[in-house]
Amino acid sequence: MLANLGFGVLLITLLISFYGIVAAFLGARKNDSRWIESARLSMLLTFPLITISSVILIYLLVSGRYEHEFVQSVTSSAMPVYLRDTALWGGQSGSLLFWSWLLAGFATAVTLRKWDRDREFLPWVIVVSLVTLAFFLILVVFFENPFNRFWRLPCGDITAAMLQPVGSTLFTARDGSGLNPLLRHPGMIIHPPMLYLGFVSFVIPFAFAIAALITGRTDDRWIRITRRWTLVAWLFLSLGLLLGGRWAYDVLGWGGYWGWDPVEIAAFMPWLTGTAFLHSVMIQEKRGMLKRWNMVLIILTYSLVIFGTFLTRSGVLSSVHAFAQSAIGPLFFAFIGFTFIVSLSLLLGRWEDLKAEGEMSSLLSREALFLLNNLLFMGILVVCFWGVIFPLISEIVTGQKVTVGPPFYERATAPLFAGLLLLMGIAPLAAWRHSTFKTLGRAAWKPALLSIVVPVFAFIRGINQPAALLGFWLAAFVAFVTLHEFWRAALARRRRAKENLATALWRLAGRNRRRYGGYIIHLGVVLMAIGIIGIELFQTETQGTLAQGDSLTLGDYTISFQSLAVFDSDDGRNVARAVIGVSDERGYLGDLYPRRDFYYDSQQPMTIPGVRSTWEEDLYVLLVDWQPVSANSATFKIYHNPLVNWLWLGGFVFILGTLVAAWPEREQITIPSRKAETSLAAAEA
Amino acid sequence: MNRIRMNLQIPLGVPGTIIRSLVFILILLLAFTSIRTVSAQEVNPDPPSDDEVNAIAKELYCPVCENTPLDVCPTQACEEWRQLIYDKLALGWDEEQIKSYFSEQYGDRVLAAPPARGLNLLVYIIPPLLFAGGVVILYRAFVSWRKSSPDVEPPEESRLQDDEYIRRLEDELREF
Repeated sequence: MLANLGFGVLLITLLISFYGIVAAFLGARKNDSRWIESARLSMLLTFPLITISSVILIYLLVSGRYEHEFVQSVTSSAMPVYLRDTALWGGQSGSLLFWSWLLAGFATAVTLRKWDRDREFLPWVIVVSLVTLAFFLILVVFFENPFNRFWRLPCGDITAAMLQPVGSTLFTARDGSGLNPLLRHPGMIIHPPMLYLGFVSFVIPFAFAIAALITGRTDDRWIRITRRWTLVAWLFLSLGLLLGGRWAYDVLGWGGYWGWDPVEIAAFMPWLTGTAFLHSVMIQEKRGMLKRWNMVLIILTYSLVIFGTFLTRSGVLSSVHAFAQSAIGPLFFAFIGFTFIVSLSLLLGRWEDLKAEGEMSSLLSREALFLLNNLLFMGILVVCFWGVIFPLISEIVTGQKVTVGPPFYERATAPLFAGLLLLMGIAPLAAWRHSTFKTLGRAAWKPALLSIVVPVFAFIRGINQPAALLGFWLAAFVAFVTLHEFWRAALARRRRAKENLATALWRLAGRNRRRYGGYIIHLGVVLMAIGIIGIELFQTETQGTLAQGDSLTLGDYTISFQSLAVFDSDDGRNVARAVIGVSDERGYLGDLYPRRDFYYDSQQPMTIPGVRSTWEEDLYVLLVDWQPVSANSATFKIYHNPLVNWLWLGGFVFILGTLVAAWPEREQITIPSRKAETSLAAAEA
Repeated sequence: MNRIRMNLQIPLGVPGTIIRSLVFILILLLAFTSIRTVSAQEVNPDPPSDDEVNAIAKELYCPVCENTPLDVCPTQACEEWRQLIYDKLALGWDEEQIKSYFSEQYGDRVLAAPPARGLNLLVYIIPPLLFAGGVVILYRAFVSWRKSSPDVEPPEESRLQDDEYIRRLEDELREF
């Protein structure tokens, strides 16, 4: 009954979406506000309707209704309630429903904004949002239905279907298979919603961009309207990526945070174009340039959002054969192709209208440096995209799949990331429109000189890897430049407004949130870069099998194996938990408890490291193997991860900066002329 | 976004600025003192150690466990592969021989990056080629922009002028 209701509501939502698309289209063509209003109301309806379906599915998950295929595949009676409702995004069909739900939420939110000044955009924003929503609803309703139930056919076979096959009876499984244990982690509970929120919220700026192309209103109004949407999308995507990294570090048991896995890259690619977009829109706002390029970037970002979902949902990553057999893979492929071609055609149709209003007069101006930043982001994107799709091309052409793993990505992207760091240091010092080597050099030499102290000190401390020294210098350079920008501005404010320094800093960020939020983000990147250099270039590891009382040494640390207990837990796990003592030259430092959990329901193991964490480093110990009966000896793997916690601290600062940048500001007075706008914008540098 | 801001032109040589910069350097330096350059303990050359096995396993991928390096893969099949590496090392094989053995047995996909031959060359050629294309496009765009913008203002003063403009505007607004 409930399943029928959930499914029926989804079907109605799909029909309403179709109606909304047609009504918005007609309203725009006939310039009839009644049709547009009707379309708007249709879009408003989608969120409450999908909410009903989602709540029904969550109820089925929580109440353990194992006659439903999806419920059976992602939950089990041993799972606690909080994990059962997050199982909504623990499987294919549930996560597609969840995607649609979030998109409907964003579409509804955008519908509720004030449209007085941008009425002409409304029907096209509705069309784009509802086309995207309808596509996902088609996948859910016709191909990946989370409300499918098990039926026992007259021949005795069990099948899963929405409608009862003739002569069959409902079949209820005794228990569920349970959620993949790797997903039973707080990071994984929050990580997918954050990524999905990031994905779906990029649909909104894209919808406005397409509306601008169709209506011919190609000034920067669409960018100004969607500025906050873009920042919010970027915030969620960044948060999703960071949480994913933390989850990998805590759960996957390989001592790292980023493995250049295609699934990770799928989420990283729209982030790259989104970041490039966030920078390049500033050039359009301030100089009236790069209008075409910004359109390209937002179209790319939207396409990569859908492509990312396609990569993770179609089975194409495991092999092209899985993709061909997947019901939704070809549909995704067709949808990406359709939206990409339509968007590009619209862009080409408006090509002449999107001519730049200003000119790039200096290679060292801030806008030129932003363009270089875009080039580097695109370079990283090309590496990522090619690395992900080449195995598929190889499989199609030669029948042989190849692995494009971390060595390829690390070698190809490291110089590009270094270039980005350098630009992050130089660009804030460059003026809009005009900069020369002389002016830039005058602004940069002091922070550049000061920052050299850092690699020199690192060298004295025994660090002699050129990559590390260069990385530390770049990080220090960016930090000095950014902090100096804060310092300079706060001093000026203190002097002018007679405020104390703390108030001046606070109000400074409040007055130009995007600029100072951006600087905080840059500081976050610096901290993250320090952490990344630490773990990537200085990580060491060792492994050994120890009898009880034996010890293993890694650098300054010695771990000793004290005991191992193997027991069953109340929640369906078999736990092997070791106790190891950690000491260094200072003496005994404490115990760690690395363990291996084996989940009976899903028949999968999970490795949980014992970690001794400080600002200097992490000592990360894994229980690899043990004597099953006597537990007298066990194999341990130890990683020494220097500075890794700076990565997480940097992530926190990064998100804080994005919040500052995205925080709503008071409505500003519109400045009508481009000339006045350009002068003011230039002055912001 | 608030488009109005303060005049931020402060001479870089203010003593307080330098002092605070130095404080920051000290904080940063404290971070670097924390890097301990450690290395794995010395290993006995005979029999092979776990570290020797892992060093090779780290660069191999089994065909079943997608994108999981062999040294950290918990499956039984990967455990057996690691044992195989151990056996080969015990026989005196070196890293290249072992990698070639796995590659011949299971195909190039067991290697962390495809060998640069045949179609695989595209992996290494396409990204730099596209990047170079991007550089050329950007350079040509710059050149054409510069040609079409003869009215270059005095570069050194632009920032100062802009700041001056904003300062005046802020003063006037405050008075208003």
